[in-house]
Amino acid sequence: MASERIEELKALGDQVVARAVRAGADVAEAAVREGSHLSTKVRMQEAELVEEAGSRSVGLRVMLGQQVAVTYTSDMSEAGLERLALDAVELARLSQPDAFAGPPDPSLLAAEDALPDLDTFDPEVSRVRAGEALGLAIEAERAALDLDPRITNSEGSTFTRAAGLSALVTSGGFRGGSEGSYASLVVNPVAEDEGGKKRSGYYWDARRHFDEMRPAVEIGEEAARRTLRKLGARKLPTAQMPVVFAPEAARTIVGLFAGCVNGGAVWRRSSYLLGRVGTEVASPLVTLVDDPLIPRAPGSRAYDGEGLAAHRNVVVERGRLALYLTDTYSGRKLEVPSTASASRGASGGVGPSTTNFFLEPGDVSAEALLADTPRGLYVTEMMGFGFNGVTGDFSRGASGFLIEGGELTQPVSEVTISLNLDTMLKRIDAVASDLDLRTATASPTFRVTEMTVAGT
Amino acid sequence: MGLRYQAPFAPEGPTPIDAAIARKLLELALAKGGDYADLFFEYAVSGSYAFDESILKSAGRAVSMGLGVRVMKGDATGYAYVESFTMDAMSHAARTAAQIAASGGLVKPVAIEARKLQSRYRAEQLSLEAGGAQKRALLERADVAARAADPRVVRVTASLHEELRELLIVTSLGRFVRDRQPLLRFGVSAIVEGGGKRQAGSSGGGGRVGLEYFDAKTPEAHAVEAVRQAVAMLDAREAPAGEMEVVLAPGDSGILLHEAVGHGLEADFNRKRTSNYTDQIGEVVASELCTVVDDATLEGSRGTINVDDEGQEPHRATLIENGVLAGYMQDRHSAGFFKAAPTGNGRRESFKSHPMPRMTNTLLLAGGSDPEEIVRSVKRGVYARKFGGGQVDISNGDFVFSLTEGYLIEDGHITAPLKGVNLIGNGPDVMRKVVMLGNDLETSDGIWTCGKDGQSVPVGVGCPTVKIASMTVGGTQLGGD
Repeated sequence: MASERIEELKALGDQVVARAVRAGADVAEAAVREGSHLSTKVRMQEAELVEEAGSRSVGLRVMLGQQVAVTYTSDMSEAGLERLALDAVELARLSQPDAFAGPPDPSLLAAEDALPDLDTFDPEVSRVRAGEALGLAIEAERAALDLDPRITNSEGSTFTRAAGLSALVTSGGFRGGSEGSYASLVVNPVAEDEGGKKRSGYYWDARRHFDEMRPAVEIGEEAARRTLRKLGARKLPTAQMPVVFAPEAARTIVGLFAGCVNGGAVWRRSSYLLGRVGTEVASPLVTLVDDPLIPRAPGSRAYDGEGLAAHRNVVVERGRLALYLTDTYSGRKLEVPSTASASRGASGGVGPSTTNFFLEPGDVSAEALLADTPRGLYVTEMMGFGFNGVTGDFSRGASGFLIEGGELTQPVSEVTISLNLDTMLKRIDAVASDLDLRTATASPTFRVTEMTVAGT
Repeated sequence: MGLRYQAPFAPEGPTPIDAAIARKLLELALAKGGDYADLFFEYAVSGSYAFDESILKSAGRAVSMGLGVRVMKGDATGYAYVESFTMDAMSHAARTAAQIAASGGLVKPVAIEARKLQSRYRAEQLSLEAGGAQKRALLERADVAARAADPRVVRVTASLHEELRELLIVTSLGRFVRDRQPLLRFGVSAIVEGGGKRQAGSSGGGGRVGLEYFDAKTPEAHAVEAVRQAVAMLDAREAPAGEMEVVLAPGDSGILLHEAVGHGLEADFNRKRTSNYTDQIGEVVASELCTVVDDATLEGSRGTINVDDEGQEPHRATLIENGVLAGYMQDRHSAGFFKAAPTGNGRRESFKSHPMPRMTNTLLLAGGSDPEEIVRSVKRGVYARKFGGGQVDISNGDFVFSLTEGYLIEDGHITAPLKGVNLIGNGPDVMRKVVMLGNDLETSDGIWTCGKDGQSVPVGVGCPTVKIASMTVGGTQLGGD
């Protein structure tokens, strides 16, 4: 069934490429997407929202010599597709020749029949009907509300399922298709703190396969526990101290680093990692990997946005920067081959991005890592956007817990943690084993020997 | 060219939607017992031009269109959308959304009446209809000016984004209203290198305006400003850490207010009792210097709308008056709950999403102090000149903001530039600590986009120079000097 639909999308891609070539394009690449989703939200045990829809769109990149343009449309009518192609060619004529522009070397394109099956689609996900979806959301919220009387309110509980198909067809000779599914459940309870201050917390799970989801009750209870443990949170006096990042916060740090090894940021000289390949950029405990080929993982893909066969890239190996993640264009700019990291945005534009990007887990458990920390700040959440990729300067709002004698004691909020990212990664002195790939950018718990924690 | 963009549902379009078709769809939407339904037709065309390394490197265009159908039954919402305007597809969406109400009495749509709107957009020369070469020339001017501004400039990028969003909103209460919302955003960023350091600076603007925007604010002016900021930050030193006095520059600092106060005053959070402002109407929530309004009517501003995405005409709403909480920003749903009038704040990102109470242009009004006198009154503190962005925990008002340009204030003078500054605090707490307000209210030059529940909408912010008695500054330097 699904493969027939993919063939249909590929045929549509062929047609769009043909239109663009007829309009005068030397290179045309069409990405056709189709998706459907169901989202159900309950709040205080009552249905609040049921949303259901399907959508279809085409993104097109064309080149006239080395002039580039991109167009996108959700108007799939004859006139809409014709305009898509004509606009692209007209806009390419307006843009100016870029010596580095061009399609990938055809010899590098993946052969369609050699693409691995990454098991990213589960037909069970699409079979979840609105009633069942509401039931899961209600069950999870109920579990949160029942866990403790101090949970007095709820921002809601949402179950979402989505499925999508996509096809990529290029005039250079690539034709490929893929399908993916996704189910998620998030619960957001609210507790009342002393002085009437409200504390909101959440927990969620998301998986490509429905049977891998954690039970709704567990998600709800965990959300309630995470909300309750914030009660009584206070600022800390300003000081330097060790900081332990819980996985949710740790993955944000890993994501900031991902932005700085992005080939696009590097050739634009907007990354502090410019010129650092082959040098120490982190502690020897740090190995960072971008791996698109993990079965069932959220960021997996068999081919990249330009049709190159996807492969695993070790970006940092035991603290040493091995490479930048590049697409064809940024690779040419940096005089390196593409790492098959091209991503094609919905609007048709192409640029490097990560797939499943994570810090490799260490040997110690997260519990042992904490027990081994006499005093410090355990960060569970961060707020704000305080990062400058050009310099690596980092300063963010944080909340979590004080660590005393290897145990979490006082809840902490309204503090900021600051340190240059380059220094921070070099100061990592422990990496735990608790990596969970429920997000495409992921990290286990890790500890930084010393950061500035600003409070009162 | 030759191909004009036109909404298929426009009166002269290929599949025009009139009151009779709309009524048919609304009847389907209410057939299962819903209390209320609305139709949101959208046809959005956008263009983007990216100038990089002194050439127009890429140009793009996107067309996005569809119909969103919403059905309400009590506090529950059914929502469905389609990307085609065939009767079959639209009827299917209406039936899908109708499912939210499985029983109950039948409500019929009332007679539909078309409304004419007063226009607050100032687009004399619509960017989307202007030739590409004209826009390329504007970008080129910015590039040349930035490179000429300082020999330390190593990279310049300039971009122009244009949009035209055609809407038709029809409600079961009989509203039938069309709007065409233009939007323009221009930006320049520069990277400078000097003394072994590298820094970035940026400047941007626009709004619901046309290309005549550049008559008043030239591409050169944005270029010079981006370079000025980058060069200033080259000498930035480590910021202090701890609590101290903070002075906010006028204009873009309004983003702090937007996050710290504005979101908590969106009525949905108060209906659900999850805002820190729940049940506080009539109470003192800020220093008596503070009057805060949300004003969708400012001509040409990025957050301005003639009509909200539920067909409601907005007006200027007072949120806080002399420190006292006056009211919330309402959409239709929350207004029904609070038995208040909708304030025209029901907004959505696109036909793919249901409306929520959202801000438009949120302003802290001017006070009586001379801005220079405000800075002079500070012994040791931080002057916040440019903000990168911020985030708030609605449930309690805790927020964090990062500065892209900030300075130390020492003995009443703005001195050294600071790097990596974060301001952290609590909305209601900070509003009570406003001790001086300048007489220099400025509104932002259209750059801000607000995100809520995954939906982005363009907004405006504004404020005068503001002095806050004490705020936590998240730098790295401990202790005194």
